[in-house]
Amino acid sequence: MSDLYQLSITVNDTEYQRAIEPRILLSDFLRHDLDLTGTHVGCEHGVCGACTVLFDGHPIRSCLMFAVQADGHHIQTVEGLGSPDNLHVIQKAFWDAHGVQCGFCTPGILMTLVPFLENNPDPDEAAIRQAISGNLCRCTGYQNIAEAVKLAAESMRT
Amino acid sequence: MKPPPFEYYNPTTVDEALSLLAEHGYDAKPLAGGQSLIPIMNFRLAQPAVLVDLNNISELSYIQPDEGGGLRLGAMTRHHQVEHDPLIAERAPLIFEAMPMIATSQIRSRGTFGGSIAHADPSAELVAVSVALGGRFRLRSQSGEREAAASEFFLGMFATLLEPQELLVEATFPAMPARTGWALMEVARRPHDFALVGVAAVLSLDDQDRCQDTRIVFLSVGDGPVTAHHAAEVLRGQAPTPELMRAAAETAAADDIDPSSDIHASAAYRRHLVKVLTRQALELAFERAKL
Ligand SMILES: Cc1cc2nc3c(=O)[nH]c(=O)nc-3n(C[C@H](O)[C@H](O)[C@H](O)COP(=O)(O)OP(=O)(O)OC[C@H]3O[C@@H](n4cnc5c(N)ncnc54)[C@H](O)[C@@H]3O)c2cc1C
Ligand code: FES
Ligand code: FES
Repeated sequence: MSDLYQLSITVNDTEYQRAIEPRILLSDFLRHDLDLTGTHVGCEHGVCGACTVLFDGHPIRSCLMFAVQADGHHIQTVEGLGSPDNLHVIQKAFWDAHGVQCGFCTPGILMTLVPFLENNPDPDEAAIRQAISGNLCRCTGYQNIAEAVKLAAESMRT
Repeated sequence: MKPPPFEYYNPTTVDEALSLLAEHGYDAKPLAGGQSLIPIMNFRLAQPAVLVDLNNISELSYIQPDEGGGLRLGAMTRHHQVEHDPLIAERAPLIFEAMPMIATSQIRSRGTFGGSIAHADPSAELVAVSVALGGRFRLRSQSGEREAAASEFFLGMFATLLEPQELLVEATFPAMPARTGWALMEVARRPHDFALVGVAAVLSLDDQDRCQDTRIVFLSVGDGPVTAHHAAEVLRGQAPTPELMRAAAETAAADDIDPSSDIHASAAYRRHLVKVLTRQALELAFERAKL
């Protein structure tokens, strides 16, 4: 085992201090060290998008970053978005438009959409499909996800 | 699928990073955006004993104009910065057009210009584009600095002139001459996927609308960026009529490439795509050059 590295990281506005091995992926750190299992892990090579979180506001693959690299930075995960009895607008739209089936892809898609909808308040279908094209969903066929994004955009504008 | 253990260093200056690379030699690898290196480590195809993280070296992240009308990019400039930069759009529109084709937004948040060049994936857009634009790279080690033209830097599949103790620190691109058009065309399963075939074309016209200089560079058809010398020869000094551009595209497909078959496409299909895409790219570049 290589030396432990002292890490201080802010996740969903809470600061955590941990000593970890440098090889620990951010995705595994969130899930195993912080018990934030909302961030999912599908492929570990950047293809499926299930592990998408926000790093200083930018969407990233948490499976393609070492947790030590997040030292001093801000991470936002799906747990920071809403809670079961107080859903975020985008979560509510996914509920209403049936954008979720098994839910495995959902956290990654939601985290991808947060900055996307901030920068694109009124996206058309093509822009929506482009935005979620880095997130694989094996259940929905994407149709209801696209509908949910339109609904979310509409709710956020009004 | 977890990366093997390594020693981690987090320098904040280029000098510090270079001294770590000098100390650890072949055991060490620089870590840029990690969007190619970390998947490779997760698969255990690479097991570097030491990682020298470049992400906190702020002096390597910039996009600056140079006096001659060209520009300079620091190696750690991220794809998403390049993608939205007005100076890139103005001075290097070919790079600007390439950015949305490079992976998805989540990968462009981290991936870097220098990482893409140093990694030298024969399918990387920036590799072909750098050659087509006549780019140059600055390489630095503890013992000094050297420069290399993009056309000489790439040695083959994931192979470049870089020595283990060297860092790529900067890419520079000259101003495009007047009456120069450009185009980047590719076929990929989805827009951001690695292309089955891609072509970058840069075409300069003289005052009589004849081709003065043409650079056609392919991605995903060989061990590195492949320059279409024969096709360029067909166009040299000639007016690029539709017939001539078609002839150049056919020459490229016949004489300039030797593609291989893989699970993504057969060699014959790649050859077909080269013919179609080269013609389309030349036509668009010509239209833009005339403006
Ligand atoms: C799912 C997926 C899809 C992708 N699709 C595309 C695509 O369509 N087109 C495309 O072009 N790319 C694509 N990429 C790759 C992406 O663009 C990477 O960002 C890029 O290839 C490497 O850049 P990086 O900064 O992440 O480098 P890293 O992964 O950190 O490094 C790559 C290699 O370069 C070396 N290196 C990095 N920086 C330097 C330096 N300054 N000096 C010396 N050596 C250095 C490293 O040691 C390593 O060996 C994709 C990646 C993924 C995961
Ligand atoms: S687990 Fe990170 S992209 Fe698939
Ligand atoms: S809802 Fe099952 S993978 Fe998307």
